[in-house]
Amino acid sequence: MKKTTTKTRLIWAGITVVVAVYALFPVFSILATSFKEPSDLSNGKLLPTNWSGVNYEQILVGDAQGLFLTSLRNSIGITLISTAIAVVLATLCAYAIARLDFPGKKLVLTTALAVSIFPVISIVTPLFNVWRTIGLYDTWLGLIIPYLSLTLPISIWTLAAFFRQIPWELEQAAQVDGATAWQAFRKAIVPLAAPGVFTTAIIAFFIAWNDFVYGISLTSTEAARPVPAALAFFTGASQFESPTGAISAAAIIVTIPVVLLVLGFQRQIVSGLTQGAVKG
Amino acid sequence: MASITLKNLVKKYDDGFPAVNDISIDIADGEFVILVGPSGCGKSTLLRMIVGLEDITSGDLYIDDKRVNDMAPRDRHLAMVFQNYALYPHLTVFENIAFPLRLAKGKFSEDDVQERVRAAALTLELTDHLDRKPGNLSGGQRQRVAMGRAIVRQADAFLFDEPLSNLDAKLRGQMRAEISQMQRRLATTSVYVTHDQTEAMTLGDRVAVLKKGELQQIASPRELYEQPVNIFVAGFIGSPSMNFLPATAEGNILKTPIGDFEVPAETAATAAGKEIVLLGIRPEYFEDASLVEESKLVHGNAFSAELTHTEWLGNEQYGYIDFDPSPEVKDMLDSLARDLDADELRPQVVVTLDAASRIRGGRVCELWLDTRRLHIFDPATGENLTRDADAGAALTEEANQERAEEIERATREAAEAG
Repeated sequence: MKKTTTKTRLIWAGITVVVAVYALFPVFSILATSFKEPSDLSNGKLLPTNWSGVNYEQILVGDAQGLFLTSLRNSIGITLISTAIAVVLATLCAYAIARLDFPGKKLVLTTALAVSIFPVISIVTPLFNVWRTIGLYDTWLGLIIPYLSLTLPISIWTLAAFFRQIPWELEQAAQVDGATAWQAFRKAIVPLAAPGVFTTAIIAFFIAWNDFVYGISLTSTEAARPVPAALAFFTGASQFESPTGAISAAAIIVTIPVVLLVLGFQRQIVSGLTQGAVKG
Repeated sequence: MASITLKNLVKKYDDGFPAVNDISIDIADGEFVILVGPSGCGKSTLLRMIVGLEDITSGDLYIDDKRVNDMAPRDRHLAMVFQNYALYPHLTVFENIAFPLRLAKGKFSEDDVQERVRAAALTLELTDHLDRKPGNLSGGQRQRVAMGRAIVRQADAFLFDEPLSNLDAKLRGQMRAEISQMQRRLATTSVYVTHDQTEAMTLGDRVAVLKKGELQQIASPRELYEQPVNIFVAGFIGSPSMNFLPATAEGNILKTPIGDFEVPAETAATAAGKEIVLLGIRPEYFEDASLVEESKLVHGNAFSAELTHTEWLGNEQYGYIDFDPSPEVKDMLDSLARDLDADELRPQVVVTLDAASRIRGGRVCELWLDTRRLHIFDPATGENLTRDADAGAALTEEANQERAEEIERATREAAEAG
């Protein structure tokens, strides 16, 4: 018996290592590349000969600074705004779906699902034309709106599922205990709903943060270009140098907030995804 | 402390279905009233109307002579224990119990809150668990936390919505006793919804039996048991439930499928002129003929019957007699069974026998029936033709006096202890 458990454990450990390497190797490769000097880039080795910060220097304080820092600011601004709007709208919508019985409830959910499975690439071209005509092209708003179409459906679905398992009896219990409708909502329901809203916000943030197709197609200048799109516009020091190093450094920098979010709020995410109510 | 008065309360849903139909009940200060009935009879709806979670379509609800129809739940000063406890999962046990106190801002100082919660926790034996979250408690402990939240703020009345239905049988018995003692000690008006008739019979000063949103009878448990107004109440109260047998009257003789019984003249008179009546016999009215004392024999009839089988329970045993009803009687019994929430009423008579009886299934044996206590029901209306209203009222009056005495004794004991 003991032998089998050791064996199973070994097999599991093996699988874990394989998966981890498979998933993390590219990240490590980029990390290593970002520390290479330009002349070192095509040395055919994984690790840089000399660890140097020249690429980071270039994008943060050097030539590429303008390109990178403005796009970083665009990315942060656009992503935060669209996340906030998506979460507020999705919370209201999911609350209605979970609590109220109204005609068209199914329609809302189906539409949300239909929108989220619609291939992004097929709407980009018409959207490009429309945006150009009405003047939304290359503006923050011009990106926030399409991002909402990506983040809203999944937010509505996640939150509706989450709200459905909140025992609404708690709200009534609080009212009987002497709470006003608002107090009942704030003291009994919000603390239970918070992890779900939080999880949804993080998911929405990732989606908007990682978008490339809209970012590259609906912008033309630094006015609204987000980081994933800006990476494509990096140039080397001369036309004979490839900008691989700078791109790698920028990629590492934009990955940092995502990694921090996940590590920092791991608990909330997991509890948001798994928390059930107290059942009798 | 408050009295609650329900006057012609009606609850109609949007589709016009009356969940509660014209119910009037006067609940006296300190009284323990049970609402009981099969599922879908409107008992929970009625309770939620009292506490303010359901709108009242028409009729008046008074708490202490004040009309509260349009008051928000929080202004009614009632405490409610929910079926699945409705504890706040993100708060500790202490904060759960303190919740109503914290909501009444400024009314209680922090010391007050501490003192009251600890006192409530002590009564409910929760002191060791005050820092835990409800999710880590057992069912019985959660139940007690819910009670703690109700008693901590000294509400005008307690409302219970099937509070014990999620507990196992043993714990249920224990909590039942605790609720009963607590109610007597605090002498707080209580309304308790249940579908369990043991709870109804043991806890209630008066029990209101509901069927399809209508009040059938409200009386002390003893009156319900001994003087039910109709066949529904008679069939609902009592376990095993009352047997119903079709009978035709010929003089003082009632002819039934299991034998002919000679009944007292006044009982027979109620059945006169009707082609067919339903005889209501509680299982314990039967006995093994060989075990009945000589002096008692004259009050009843002996008859022979064949039991299909018997069940020995230690203190008593049940025997079963099958009979063949005519189709119309069968329809009648089936419709009664539907009303009572059972799938079908088997055409079978249950008899309670002394544990010492040697009667066994499959043999013809001599049974005895106490004919003084029979009930006769009108098969068309279900009305109890043999009901003695005065005797019933006397039983309920007795229960009222007992309640007054018990409350007095509980307060005296509390005063001595405290």
